Amino acid sequence: MISYILKRVIATLPVMLMVAIVVFAILRLTPGDPAAILAGDDASGEQLERIRQMMGLDQPILTQLYVWVRQLLTGDLGVSLLSNTPVIQMIGARVGPTLSLALSTIIFTVLVAVPMGVIAARRPGGWLDRTVMTFSVLGFSIPTFVVGYLLIYWLALKLGWFPVQGYAPLAKGVWPYAQRLILPTLALSGIYIALVARMTRSSVMDVMGEDFIRTARAKGATEWSVLLRHALRNAAVPIVTVIGIGIASLITGVVVTESVFNLPGLGRLVVEAVLARDYPVIQGLILLFSFTYILINLLVDVLYTAFDPRIRY
Amino acid sequence: MSTSPADRNILSTPSSDEPRSAKPSFARRLLRSARSLPVLVAFVVLALVVFLAIFAPWLGTTDPIAIDPGSRFASSSAVHWFGSDAFGRDVYSRLLHGARVSLIVGLGATFASVLLGLVIGVFAGYFPRVDAVVMRVMDGVMAIPSILLAIALVSLTGATLVTVLVAIIVPEIPRVVRLVRSVILNVRSEAYVEAAILLGTPMWRMLTRHMVPNTVAPLIVQGTFIFASAILTEATLSFLGAGLPSEIPSWGNMMADGRTYFQLYPGLVLYPGIVLALTLLSSNIIGDVLRDLLDPKMAKRT
Amino acid sequence: MSNLHKAEAHGVSPVLEVRDLSVSLVGDNSIGVVRCVSFAVRPGETVCVVGESGSGKSVTSFAVMGLLSPNELACSGGEILLEGENVLQAGPERLRALRASTMAMIFQEPMSALNPVETVGKQIEEVLSIHKNQSKRERRERVLAMLEAVHLPDPKRIYNSYPHQLSGGQRQRVVICIALILEPKLLIADEPTTALDVTTQKQILLLIRELQEKHNTAVLFITHDFGVVADIADRVVVMNRGEVVEVGSREQILSAPRERYTRMLISSVPSLQPEPREPNDNEIVLAVSGLSKTYDQRRFWKKEHVVHAAADIDLTLRKGEILAVVGESGSGKSTVARCIVRLQDPSAREITICGENMATVRGQALHQMRKRVQMVFQDPFRSLNPRVSVGESIIEGLINFGTPHKTACQRARDLMHLVGLPADALERFPHQFSGGQRQRICIARALAPEPDVLIADEAVSALDVSVQAQVLALLDDIRMKTSVGVLFITHDLRVAAQICDTIMVMRQGRMVEFGPAAEILTAPRQAYTQALLDAAPGRHWDFQKFGPIQ
Repeated sequence: MISYILKRVIATLPVMLMVAIVVFAILRLTPGDPAAILAGDDASGEQLERIRQMMGLDQPILTQLYVWVRQLLTGDLGVSLLSNTPVIQMIGARVGPTLSLALSTIIFTVLVAVPMGVIAARRPGGWLDRTVMTFSVLGFSIPTFVVGYLLIYWLALKLGWFPVQGYAPLAKGVWPYAQRLILPTLALSGIYIALVARMTRSSVMDVMGEDFIRTARAKGATEWSVLLRHALRNAAVPIVTVIGIGIASLITGVVVTESVFNLPGLGRLVVEAVLARDYPVIQGLILLFSFTYILINLLVDVLYTAFDPRIRY
Repeated sequence: MSTSPADRNILSTPSSDEPRSAKPSFARRLLRSARSLPVLVAFVVLALVVFLAIFAPWLGTTDPIAIDPGSRFASSSAVHWFGSDAFGRDVYSRLLHGARVSLIVGLGATFASVLLGLVIGVFAGYFPRVDAVVMRVMDGVMAIPSILLAIALVSLTGATLVTVLVAIIVPEIPRVVRLVRSVILNVRSEAYVEAAILLGTPMWRMLTRHMVPNTVAPLIVQGTFIFASAILTEATLSFLGAGLPSEIPSWGNMMADGRTYFQLYPGLVLYPGIVLALTLLSSNIIGDVLRDLLDPKMAKRT
Repeated sequence: MSNLHKAEAHGVSPVLEVRDLSVSLVGDNSIGVVRCVSFAVRPGETVCVVGESGSGKSVTSFAVMGLLSPNELACSGGEILLEGENVLQAGPERLRALRASTMAMIFQEPMSALNPVETVGKQIEEVLSIHKNQSKRERRERVLAMLEAVHLPDPKRIYNSYPHQLSGGQRQRVVICIALILEPKLLIADEPTTALDVTTQKQILLLIRELQEKHNTAVLFITHDFGVVADIADRVVVMNRGEVVEVGSREQILSAPRERYTRMLISSVPSLQPEPREPNDNEIVLAVSGLSKTYDQRRFWKKEHVVHAAADIDLTLRKGEILAVVGESGSGKSTVARCIVRLQDPSAREITICGENMATVRGQALHQMRKRVQMVFQDPFRSLNPRVSVGESIIEGLINFGTPHKTACQRARDLMHLVGLPADALERFPHQFSGGQRQRICIARALAPEPDVLIADEAVSALDVSVQAQVLALLDDIRMKTSVGVLFITHDLRVAAQICDTIMVMRQGRMVEFGPAAEILTAPRQAYTQALLDAAPGRHWDFQKFGPIQ
């Protein structure tokens, strides 16, 4: 069991290193010259050279990679070109809204999507199934920012139930905090619910075709007991997997949702950094999001052991 | 024991040993599924988008980037069917020309990523040593959230149609590679491939005759989803200000421009948003239909 | 023992009576999957329903349990009387109450019949909690007693085990526990031993018999295997294409079948008695010495664990000889075959084919050696590329080895004749052929490059017994006409006895015994071979002669 977890942990290390290398390669090997960006359009060749030296860009590419990875290992993500503050500090200051939004979305999604999928799988082709599948295709197809603006237009502007945009930290009280999270959560959940509901439905349906379901029926078990006790528990592994993989689309959604609802989180920070071409910040945020993604999927792998005794060795 | 096997075959008529019934042709099954209303609507909508995109200049449009300060925020009228935006540009014309951009991005990204992914995936699946290296790189690329990767690529290389396309294609490739690779790996253990190995079939014919044809159906299915996802990614990038140059009439750019005035003129955001959503919806519905028809195994899985 | 039962059985009202049962596809009543089937099962009696695939025997059994897939199949006529009650009229509630308590079922695949994420104990207990109002402790006691009754070792450990921790035979015992814990009147067994090795099969059959005698259970046993029928049946129902062909006592069906179909079916079952064969002293075409294949199982932090899939195998095959490699699953017989054709690289060996060593050749040399050994695979439905026409498949090897296209096509036509298919089959595609025909095509394809050695890896195992008989006859015919040496991999001693000159018995990667077929099958030297022979179902009956073996 412990050796299995350790094995999974160690297996993620090369992926993390590969992510770092890919990010490094993208930022250093693409045509854009960070020094030129920093220096501005009318810098002289001499100024450019000085900036390059300062940033270590005159070193051989592998040396640069080595220096950078060593920095990373000490938790140093560099310093913002724009505000001159360490990237890690900027992240710390902006992580609150993002974490709130992501957590509320994940919880809401699991609570809604899994029952939806199970209900749909009970009678494939029935009206409940068709409704759930229609909703799922809609969820996939309507972009988060369109959903966001529709919700603002309808629930905030027309009905006035919620503030249009903005964020209030938890310190300002539970209601203002929650009130400003509801619409973003709804907007962001759409695609994620679609994904998880679909996977739940198809995994449960897959399991319903298995031989042991027939055994359960031969025992005289009721259909609900077959569905919940036997099918859902066996479908758990693919469902949990898709919840983990879905984090990737969740991250995309966070960036967009924070823009739509003006939440001062990491997603906004990405957009701000891109517009200002603040590349240490971009780099740091990509790494942060990627590592989060990898770690969540590591967690998912470990969770498998709780759902499937066959993986435990 | 003197009868030849041929004679025996005629003598006895075993009950169970009959050819497994062939499925009806693909075209027939496609027609059958088009009988359901949503599928039919999806086909019509997508055909309409393609039609509008191709014939955009001849459908009563004006220059989509012509600025007319005199008619800022015009409401719908005979001149501006869907009104005009903050620069007085005609929303209807921009929507139609936006369809062109979306189609170019969607088709370009689909073909490029499917083609590149196919080549890499086939090599990874066929050569275990290539596989080890390639798949580590792919794992690395896949672990980076695609929108961030795209944002980084565009923001560092400057926003042009080509860089946006590259930014969309790069994160799609690993998904195609994985799909192709898994098909190749599965088919490698098929008895008919093993038989071909024993018959001395050279690599090139092994790939073209026995292996790659198996990837076609799943790739067509995957292609329709990449098409939708590419259009969405372009719109998202443009919406965030990290996509196509802002004067290019793309649906994402229109929404980005309209954001500031959303509370006063919601149509500037909602019109392109709805057109975008309808296009994506139609492609996804068709993708689902194709998946059910072409790839029943995958249809079960996701 | 069965005679005793039969004497008692008559005069007692049947537990199960199926009357004119018809099952058809949902939405299309015209196609009857099962038509007008009638039979009865009395207490303590074993009725075997026997037939080839597609005969409707399994559908019938599922109809009794009410387990037909509601979207595909439905009963369209007749009645199923369980202790006089028509199950077809019973509502879902009543049906659930009857299951496990009055009628129970065991299935073909013990590997997949149990829920993989729940302990075995809980799964058996579920039956009790559905049907009985017992305390947790009572239930546990009862389950442990039941585990004991099916002779599982260490019931307490088994109780807390997950299915994947048990062997196939143990899992089938657990399934039997689930089926019989409430002592139902009727047990339906749907090919319960087909997925098991012969030695395990024998134990499971004995267990079912033992529990049946204890509780006077009526057993409806679905099988395709006449060996099993000869061992366990009191009465036999022969089915074909959804209809009952013949019903009779075991003795009558096996020794004097009335219907032509039954006669054909039974005479297709190969005899365990090998036909006398002349000793073969042709030249040696394949010589294997010291072939080994090991797998390293690397485990994190732990020492490497080495698995010997095949260890130190020696064999020789002569021109025109058929050599059977016989063993249970996991014995390494397929590994040997795959190493010889170099689909796998053996760890250590020497493989000589017509004097040349195939052990270590690579590249172009291996390419040239390839055509000397060809292989026919187990599953005829996966052995042919569905997108390539039969003709293209057959000439593929010839073209690869440099034969001109025209010559290759002529050879393909000759081969079609040899395997008993019409020449126009060459233009058609695999899906237009049956399993047996496909296997003929595969044989033709393998013979195309005129190999010295043909390896048949369980090549008739996926086929029904009547088709199997034809393909075996074809192989024998080809051996005589082309004098190719055949290495015949099989788990079935009957098939080996039917066709082989020599037999090699394998167990756990090692060679147990090697010698002439007649010797091995009648006077084995090794205890394991003897055990295999003893476990072979119906070993006292010569099916082709419709009488007991003298």
